Formats: sequence, structure tokens, C-alpha cells
Amino acid sequence: MSTTVLFDAPGPRARVRNNLLTVVSVVAVAAVLYGIYRGFDAKGQWEGKIWQPFLQWETWEVYIFPGLLGTLQAAVVAAVLALVFGAVFGLARLSDHAWIRVPAGVVVEVFRAIPLLLLIFFIFYLAPAVAGGGDYTFMAVVIGLMLYNGSVLAEVVRAGVHAVPRGQSEAAFAVGMRKNQVMRLVLLPQAVTAMMPAIVSQLVVLLKDTALGYIIAYVDLLNTGFKILPARFFGSLIPAAIVIGIIYVALNMALSFLATRLERRSRRSRKTAAAPIAAPGSAEVSVGAGEGTEDAGLAPDRPVE
Amino acid sequence: MEDLIRYAPDLALGFLENIKISIVAAITSLILGTVLVAMRVSPTPVLRAAGTIYVNIVRNTPLTLVLAFSALGLSDQLGLVFSDVPSTNSFWIVSMGLSAYTAAFVCEALRSGINTVPLGQAEAARAIGLTFMQSLRMIILPQAFRAVIAPLGSVMIAMVKNTTVATAGGFALDSASKMKEAFDQVGASIPIFLGIVVAFMVVTLPIGYFTGRLARRLAVAR
Repeated sequence: MSTTVLFDAPGPRARVRNNLLTVVSVVAVAAVLYGIYRGFDAKGQWEGKIWQPFLQWETWEVYIFPGLLGTLQAAVVAAVLALVFGAVFGLARLSDHAWIRVPAGVVVEVFRAIPLLLLIFFIFYLAPAVAGGGDYTFMAVVIGLMLYNGSVLAEVVRAGVHAVPRGQSEAAFAVGMRKNQVMRLVLLPQAVTAMMPAIVSQLVVLLKDTALGYIIAYVDLLNTGFKILPARFFGSLIPAAIVIGIIYVALNMALSFLATRLERRSRRSRKTAAAPIAAPGSAEVSVGAGEGTEDAGLAPDRPVE
Repeated sequence: MEDLIRYAPDLALGFLENIKISIVAAITSLILGTVLVAMRVSPTPVLRAAGTIYVNIVRNTPLTLVLAFSALGLSDQLGLVFSDVPSTNSFWIVSMGLSAYTAAFVCEALRSGINTVPLGQAEAARAIGLTFMQSLRMIILPQAFRAVIAPLGSVMIAMVKNTTVATAGGFALDSASKMKEAFDQVGASIPIFLGIVVAFMVVTLPIGYFTGRLARRLAVAR
């Protein structure tokens, strides 16, 4: 439903009222922004002195870029591992053998339910006990992200394979393919296309969650921005927070934009009979929902049950 | 196992704090999210833009940054102080930060719920002369809410798990901090970790189960 239907094309009185509302809301928004501006101003947060470091190349080279690199390193390594984890466990959950399916299901459900920060803490404290002393911040962040996001991706893989209309695998079995061939040649290629947008949205979540490394002192963007920079340039905490906030938002918005593009493309795509599946936890609802969010029922050649 | 028994009272107190934050954040984020979604579909372009900008910025910012900024920026710098007792103050700062963050996701869920309401309903509401607020309040939102109970359940589950990040907002009484304290003393203990994990699952699994059932029971028949 397009939202413009919610209100009529305004007549003269409604136009006056809308203009009045516009003025009031502009004033309200401006008042909030001005309040924040004044508050920071009173604390001297807009002084050129504390913004000065961000105009110097050195600050970016020595502090911000290494921090960004730390974030991206953790995100990329964790993303690759999570994709492998997700593929392995997602397929394991689809297995015909209960002794593979059930343990994989338990692993996926458990790691999805654990608060990620606690998982990272646990690995961080467990690692030295198992493997001796050393710096385990990177490892704890990466493994925590892998286990959590991998479990979510496993669900995405499962939903993707289920989203391929059943007639496809029936036909493949009918022409004499084995289960392995059906999966490899028929289901997965189509499922991957349907899964793409959900995978990219999950990667946004992963990238955002690397910031949890801040709490165990992994040197990422948040850490450089919030701990190292303000310690080096006294008083520049708020400017640093604003600058790294902008970097995070820009990074994630670029990825989200990619997800939207991919979704639009896979909706049009004729390489797959499966409808694109919603990102887990993204709160997408299919039309007439209530029975779960997989809209496999919308696929064109789904047999009527 | 002795570790878990020894630290259980302390950990339970920490977990209770997580639950208190969850309750405050659940209520506030639902209210704030509803206001945001009303802004995002309103006839006033300025409100629409403000809502969109808010949701996009907050959704793409790590929660850790949101909470750290709430504590260091809003509380220390702007003087947003809820209480003179530091721990009480950081409790409210964290709860409000988490609500502000979760509200963006609630808003997105509700907006996709609004999209499930058939066009004819809104047209009919307009045809019988309901104003924007009336049609939103009496026709659109009630149906949208019923369509998004299950997704809202997932948002709330994520929110409960996110309460563990309270440490980033300077709140040091929750279960993550308690677990860290225990680990500092006895080293990584699998029973302690599993104990907390089970406590969280005891809270989150029923949320998923009941919202799922409620969603099926209240689904709008079309």
C-alpha cells in the first residue's frame, strides 16, 4: 500500500493546516538540534582547537585509518568464515540423516540465542586458558561474529533452498538425479540468487557488530575514535564520536544500498524460480502475513496443496 | 559447577538488571517506534524527512557507539542526568539509548506492517471522511500491529540480547559485567557461561513462541 493513500490531496483548509504543521515541526526539529548545538557549545565542543586534529592528514593516517582497517579486517575475516559456517550448517540441517540434521540444528539454534557480547567475552577468556598467553582480541571478535552470523546465515540457506518451488526438485528426481545432484545443480544455484539480499543485510549486521570489540579493547574504529584519539587530543571526544559515527553510517548505508539493489535484481531475475527471502530479523512481512514470513506461496509454479 | 553455584546470586542480580532494562526499553521503544512510523507516513514532508533520517542513521550506527555516545556525549556533556546516583543514572541512560536504537527497528517493522493493509481500507477510511490521524489510529495501525507481531517479537528478542551491551554505556551491574568479574577471579568457566546463556534463553525463547502463537491467532483474515 502506498502511503500517500493515507491522506487526501489537500484542499485549501488542509493546505493551511499542513503548512502550519510544517512550520511547527520545522521549529521543533530546529529546537532539538539547536539545543544539542548549544549544549555542546557551552562545553566548548565546537571550538576549532578540538576539531583541528581532524583536518590534519596525520590524524587520519596514524589513528583513524588503522582503526578502520581493524574494523574491516575483523569484518572481512568474520564474513568469510560466517559464510562457510552458514553454508556447512545450513546444508547439514537439510540433510536426510537425522544424526547430521539434529546436531546441526542444535548448534544453529544455540548460537543464535546467545547474546553476542557474552559469546565474545567467553572466547576472550577461554582462549588464554586453552592456548596460552597472547592477544586474543581479534580472534575472540572474529570467532564470536562467525558463530552468531554463521548460524543466522545457516537459517538463510535453509530458507533459500525451501523457497525454490518443490516441483523443481520433484522434476530433478524424476529425471534420475541423486539428492546430491539435485542440491548442487538445481536447488542451490537458484537459492543463492534468492538469498543474496538477505546475506548482504546480514553482513551489514556483522559489520556493525564488530564494534562490540570495543568492549574487549580490540583496536577497531570505535576504539581509536573513543579511547585513543581523545587521549591523544584532549577534549576531542565529541568530534571524534561524530566523525567515526559518520564513517560507520556511510559504510553500512553503502552495504544496505547494495542489498536493496540486489533484491530488486533478484526479484526481476529469471535465473531463479524462488522469491527473494527476507533478511532474518529484518521485520519484513509478506502481504497477508501471520503464517510466518516465507512467501514461498507466491512462487508461480508452486503446487496447490 | 561450584563456580556457578558460588557466583549464582551475583549473576542473578546482574541478570535481573538486564530484565529491568529490557522492560523499560520494550515499553519506550514501542511508543517511540509508533510515533516514528506515524511521522514517516504523515502528510508533513518535514516530519517524514526527520523520521527517515533518524531511522537510517540510528539503524546504521553500532549499538556500542550509540550507548557510548549516550553516556559520554548526552550525559556527561549535555547534562542529561536522570539521577544523582551514578549507577541509577547510567541505568536510565542505557535504557533510553537502547530504546532510541530499538525504536528504529520497531518503526521499520510497523512500516512493513502498514504495507500489508490493503489499499481499499485506506481509501474506504478516506471515503467515510476520516482524517489522517483517525484512519491511522482506527484503521491502519491496528491491522499493521497484528501483521507484525512475529517480527516485533524478533525485534524484542534482539533487544533483550542487546541489553548485555549496557557495559558500553557505563552501566557495570548487568550480567555481562558480572560474568566478566567472575571470569577475572576464577578464569573462563563454562558452567557460569552456560548458566547465563540458559537464563537468556529462558526469557527469549518464550517471547518467540508466544509472539508466534499470538501472530497466528490474531492474523487478519483476508
